Amino acid sequence: MADDAKPFLQVENLTVRFPVKRGGMFGGKAYLYAVDDISFQLKRGQTLAIVGESGSGKTTAALACARLVPAHSGKVVLDGQDFLAASDVELRKARAKVQFIFQDPYSSLNPRLRAEKIVREPLDSLQTIPAEKRDEVVQKLFKAVGLRPEQMRLFPHQFSGGQRQRIGIARALATQPALIICDEPVSALDVAVQAQILNLLRDLQSDLGLSYLFISHDLGVVQHMCDEVAVMYMGKIVEHASRLDLFNAPQHPYTKALLSAVPSVDKERREAQKRILIPGDPPDPIDPPKGCRFANRCPIAQDICSRSEPALEVKRRGQGESGHRAACHRVDVA
Amino acid sequence: MSDQTAQSEVALPEEPVVKARHPLAEAAEMFARNKAAVAGLIVLLIIIIAAIVGPFLYPTDPFAMVWAPFTPPAQEGYLLGTDYLGRDLVAMLIHGARVSIVIGLSAALITVFIGVTIGALAGFFRGWVEEVLMRFTEFFQVLPTLLFSMVIVALFGASLPMITLAIGLVSWPAVARITRSEFLRIRELEYVTASRASGTSNMKLIFGVILPNAAPPIIVQAALMVGTAILFEAGLSFLGLTDPNVVSWGQIIGSNRQYILDAAYTVTIPGVAIFVSVLAISLVGDGLNDALNPKLRQR
Amino acid sequence: MALLEVENLRVELTLRGNIAPVIDDVSFSLEAGETLSFVGESGCGKSMTALAIMGLLPDKVGRIAAGSIRFDGEDLAKASDKRMREIRGNEISMIFQEPMTSLNPVYTIGEQISEVLRRHQNLGAKAAHAKAVELLDAVRIPNPAARINDYPFQMSGGQRQRVMIAIALACEPKILIADEPTTALDVTVQAQIFDLLRDLRKQTGTAIILITHDMGAVAEMAERMIVMYAGRKAEDGPVEPIIAHARHPYTKGLIACVPHLHAELTEERERLVEIGGIVPGLAEFGANRCLFASRCGLRSQKCLDQRPQEQKFEAGHASACWHAEAV
Repeated sequence: MADDAKPFLQVENLTVRFPVKRGGMFGGKAYLYAVDDISFQLKRGQTLAIVGESGSGKTTAALACARLVPAHSGKVVLDGQDFLAASDVELRKARAKVQFIFQDPYSSLNPRLRAEKIVREPLDSLQTIPAEKRDEVVQKLFKAVGLRPEQMRLFPHQFSGGQRQRIGIARALATQPALIICDEPVSALDVAVQAQILNLLRDLQSDLGLSYLFISHDLGVVQHMCDEVAVMYMGKIVEHASRLDLFNAPQHPYTKALLSAVPSVDKERREAQKRILIPGDPPDPIDPPKGCRFANRCPIAQDICSRSEPALEVKRRGQGESGHRAACHRVDVA
Repeated sequence: MSDQTAQSEVALPEEPVVKARHPLAEAAEMFARNKAAVAGLIVLLIIIIAAIVGPFLYPTDPFAMVWAPFTPPAQEGYLLGTDYLGRDLVAMLIHGARVSIVIGLSAALITVFIGVTIGALAGFFRGWVEEVLMRFTEFFQVLPTLLFSMVIVALFGASLPMITLAIGLVSWPAVARITRSEFLRIRELEYVTASRASGTSNMKLIFGVILPNAAPPIIVQAALMVGTAILFEAGLSFLGLTDPNVVSWGQIIGSNRQYILDAAYTVTIPGVAIFVSVLAISLVGDGLNDALNPKLRQR
Repeated sequence: MALLEVENLRVELTLRGNIAPVIDDVSFSLEAGETLSFVGESGCGKSMTALAIMGLLPDKVGRIAAGSIRFDGEDLAKASDKRMREIRGNEISMIFQEPMTSLNPVYTIGEQISEVLRRHQNLGAKAAHAKAVELLDAVRIPNPAARINDYPFQMSGGQRQRVMIAIALACEPKILIADEPTTALDVTVQAQIFDLLRDLRKQTGTAIILITHDMGAVAEMAERMIVMYAGRKAEDGPVEPIIAHARHPYTKGLIACVPHLHAELTEERERLVEIGGIVPGLAEFGANRCLFASRCGLRSQKCLDQRPQEQKFEAGHASACWHAEAV
């Protein structure tokens, strides 16, 4: 394909904010910037992971990319087309190209519908293929995600958590999307079932050439799934690098702390790893500090960190095309 | 592609095929397990059947003076006796059941129709829509219900449809509030987001996706509303605010109230009828609540 | 003698007239100051073991059907409710998974900590308050004298879990049971909590029972582990040898099915090992066969015919698998 080189998804200066009521009647309107001016791109067949802890804005960013929460400003360019500005007809077409896999297999399936109907819903709503072909597609999808044909007639409560997540994946595949946004797709599942779903996602990716935007807090899972990683902290991307760069040579102190906090069965890693404890909690997201948002917990912060906000810039060449980028005053450009 | 580890040569017994079970089928099973609710349902069905076929099997005119007034029950061939005008109480009770049931059901329907529409729109769209609709709802909620319905009846006449409308108009806010809170909860669930991600229209989301899942507490409320409406009608007719040409249970009590000391049965019998039917409805409502509540159904 | 000795414990749940042994002939012991970890998927009886020790089995539904729980020589399985109330929160205490809901929202955290101290240790209001401040400081809540008047909603998830730990440790218990204490928390917060637990154990000598599904957490926190499957002990022994060479296919699967962070990440990514299927339903608990057989690659006819006996290995390592030697 000729457009292989061009990114399939391009996010530019995306900002999402929510109004919050503050200080009663006279408090005026304040905004919580859940996602604050982030940019990234994703090529066909690749996986970009966004990692971060609760409140980092990773899920909001994902929802905004799929136009499921309104963006305040910025662009989401999908296959060359501005998704956020799309008209109704264009939106319908674009929706077919971007699908979503949700975190909670229990609340993500409508309990009143049979499994086959759930998988069929996007086909019926988006009408990507003629009605008479839809049954056949649904059957194929069930097979592709490892469910038996006789299970098509069952209702969600008759499935286990892992099977429900398979139904969710089949639904996401129905309109033959090019991009699937996976929002913590395995974090609600038992460990033994996680492996089944992760293997399935990787198989589907290589079979169908899918791109994944993979949202997760679990660094082990991210390590296994991604080609590139963006680390978010309080609505900002603080580090963005290829998989090996990020895990083997993290630059940002927050990324380092995050990696060091993950407990490991690998004895060698446990002994090599010095735990970097970051004390305290993130600052109030409604009124973030002026400088670096991580400064108050950062082990290497200096004066400049609380004065000016560091930009996300290339610190090392790294493996990825766009280099190994981090937003930190204290990391020198190599 | 799933079972990587299960490569053992020892075969396992075939997995049994699971039959599809509709959530409603499970709810019905749950309901059947609640004995009080089943008893209530049976009583309710008897009353409804009596109301429908009773007048044909027992064709005595409820307004006709059939015997001497104040004949006590089970005398002179009149099972429940006669009232102060010598009218047959059995006939009156059967015809009264019709009125009670019709008013109860149609008032509940009106309630659900208005309440669900307003609650659904408020809960789904949020923002100013919600503000306006909920202020409107609160306005109706703070009206003194009995007085308001008396005004309506006094202004527009005491016909059955007017009474029904009056009852419906004063009781919908409860349904609207329940519907709204259910919508607020369900609209945030991931399957609704999933439907949005696949381009489902707002109307389909409201009525096709969220409403069916919000139905259980609304159904329960509606069932209880039937009982409330019957009581309400009884209250209005006791005060003589209903159509005098229609027999209803409340009216029997109202018209005989002067003789309560001499012929207590003329008031007691319709009173028991109201009590039993409202109790039956409450039991059914309770049973529905348990059956439709997924939290109780889990194992 | 060990601090806690559980022998042949059998806990039955009665659900809709069916009796299921959710803990089926489980024995283990816990030494003072030791950390023992229970591992397994949900529905394997990890939490039920903790509840049985605490005497908190669900009323009317669950009961200890056989076996003994010897704590300091006293059999808790036969202890009266009154005695259990004295022990709970005093000599054995517990922290739970959900720090958001395990604190009472209408009392300040100071009141909630003091309440435990006054009940079990008969401290006066002033003394209890002072001790509460001390405890908050011990669990590293900054500015404890001021924060003690906070309500739970004013604290973050990590801070609430610290408060829960402060309450649990208020009476210097001999055993602290931590049921998935960090599952609802972020990794950086989890690291803080683990550090805290390790330090407190060093200072107070409290033995810890850590219930988790995370092998990494086990490796970092515990000396010994017990892998539970369908109410039974699958594997039991010191942590390092088990992680290095598990002797039960389930343990092996649990370790291999999770993508771990390694010291040096390489380009290649191996396919994750899957444990097909799911934990059997309660109806199958108690059957005289290996309950893991349906998900096991080493399954033989013997596994389907007979419940595996424990095979012993060196250093107290034991595995309930007919093919333990081959794993």
